[in-house]
Amino acid sequence: MKRILPVLMILLVVVLVAAATVGSGRLIRATSPQGAVEQLFAHVRARDYKGAYSYVAAASNVDLPAFTRDLAGKDGSLRTYSALAEISTRVLNESPNEANVRANLEWATAVGPFYDTRDLKVVKEGSDWRVLWPLEKAPNLPPQVIPVNYLRWDIVRHGGEDDWGAQNVEAPRVRIISMNAIEKDGATVILGEIVNEDTVPGFVSVNATLLGQNGSTLGEESSFDKISHVLLPKEVSPFRIDFPGIRLAAVKNVRMQPSSLLVPASADPVMGVLHQRLEQVRGHNVLAGELMNESGETVNIPHVLATFYDDGGRVIWVSDAYLDRALLPQVPLPFAVPLRDDVAPKVHSYRVTVNQYSMDRPL
Amino acid sequence: MRRLVQALLIAAVCLFAAYAARAAELSAPERVSAGTGATLHTRGSGEATLWIIGPASVEKKQVRLGEDVNLQPQSLRIAGRYLAIVRQGAATDSAWFEVLPAAPANVNFLARPSRVPVDRRDVISGVAFVLDAYRNLVLEATPVRFSLSVPDAPAVTRIESSKLGIAWVRLDSTRKQGAAQFIASAGDAEVRRVVQETASDPCNLRMRATSAGNHIVVETDPVRDCSGNPVPDGTIVTFTQVDAKGRSTVDARVKKGIARAVLPSSDNATISVASGVVLGNEIHLGGGQ
Repeated sequence: MKRILPVLMILLVVVLVAAATVGSGRLIRATSPQGAVEQLFAHVRARDYKGAYSYVAAASNVDLPAFTRDLAGKDGSLRTYSALAEISTRVLNESPNEANVRANLEWATAVGPFYDTRDLKVVKEGSDWRVLWPLEKAPNLPPQVIPVNYLRWDIVRHGGEDDWGAQNVEAPRVRIISMNAIEKDGATVILGEIVNEDTVPGFVSVNATLLGQNGSTLGEESSFDKISHVLLPKEVSPFRIDFPGIRLAAVKNVRMQPSSLLVPASADPVMGVLHQRLEQVRGHNVLAGELMNESGETVNIPHVLATFYDDGGRVIWVSDAYLDRALLPQVPLPFAVPLRDDVAPKVHSYRVTVNQYSMDRPL
Repeated sequence: MRRLVQALLIAAVCLFAAYAARAAELSAPERVSAGTGATLHTRGSGEATLWIIGPASVEKKQVRLGEDVNLQPQSLRIAGRYLAIVRQGAATDSAWFEVLPAAPANVNFLARPSRVPVDRRDVISGVAFVLDAYRNLVLEATPVRFSLSVPDAPAVTRIESSKLGIAWVRLDSTRKQGAAQFIASAGDAEVRRVVQETASDPCNLRMRATSAGNHIVVETDPVRDCSGNPVPDGTIVTFTQVDAKGRSTVDARVKKGIARAVLPSSDNATISVASGVVLGNEIHLGGGQ
């Protein structure tokens, strides 16, 4: 009896490991268009790109490395820090040999969920269905040297041996140039813009405190990532501060606290935001356009912030979107920032700014 | 006879009392200057103990009564009221004296801010604390000279009298940018601070556009503030182009005084320029305009 129990345990472990190994690599035949798409993304979720590739139609003209890069990301982009969390598919139309399937994907990323919708063409190959993978052909920039000679600000701070009273370098002067308080979905939202009025860069944040009757504090929040934190001289950034669960009617006063720190920064890279336009995508309003990195350095995670104004020039909404692809030098990258459908009719103009997170540069 | 003895005894007691009272007598100068030393006069005879109690120190020494006691300059560096006590047996005597700050020899100088836009009124403040060689605050009114100057521009000078050791001034920033030397001096003491006077908001922001193949190159004239100072490199200048394809913006950085950007080509576009809250000119391209 003493020996039987360990032997049984070892056998059980071997069986479980074998079952798990066989199960993860097992390819299930795709007998329907929806099944092909679901199986493909199920393997992507398990990071089994080779398995997922087996559901790609030969006519796609895409090899495994390119397919893997397309789904797993590259160049330190946001996609490389994400995992496919949820998949839902819907057949848009189907014929005996061809079908269109919409895949709604939810990626879990370092900055929150990232939603992606792909309309995929599925074709019948023999008795199985395969996905025609639409690989986007990104233009390749020819090898070249791009001279970058933008300035950089470094800081020498107060030394311990300095005499008493020797002044330190001061934080940059920042100013809130507009502010608006609105209510959306039962939450109070504080919107506005802040400018760095100084001649040095600053790390900026905006805190707001909502005060109710008798001056009591209803809530205190910061702009978090709905702001460009690093502002170069004369740069303007929008900000948005959400107070979930606090009705605007209960707010009697708002106390704004902009703050700034002097930080080392670089004037590079310069990013153009081209062909911005409001349009409808699948029934929803978006502000679309292309980003153009005019410098020579890859921006790993671009973050687009859009400010929307009414006909009186008042900020009525601030929206943002992270892009899951890296912004390569001189290669345009499309973006789409969602716009609330109830705000869209009031939008008279808008302004887009871009945050950049680059691996090789802390700020 | 009995009365004679009583009288002699009373006389002896009085003499003893007078002697005892004179056993430890001390006198000190009313005021001395810090760091100069002082002489205390004692009366009596024999050994005694002397304590000097100051605002920041207590010193004990053995002295011989009847001789002068010289206090060393290093014992009297801190300004304030001092108490000297001499004690011989049960007999004690004491004297107060005051150590006054010496002549101004140091200045502590607070200059704010470290960075300021040009041509603003009362934006630079300077506070000077007048101290002697031993870091005592000189309480007597002392003239303090404040001077603010940027290279190639006349210096602004103001003389203020200190009140209880402190003198202060508020000055306008000059119309010319640069590292302003802000100097406070009292007596032979002089302290220098640097206040960076920077260009203010851009003024008369103007640009021009030229077509370059598939692009439009927009470039500003040298960007200056209303006093003619070039704005520092790195300042953001936003170019906005609106055409049938939508709106394109580039946040360009001023480099060598000029901001430059490349915008997509267009047959009919309106291009505008702005920096911070300052708007520049607008250009219409194509469309017969």
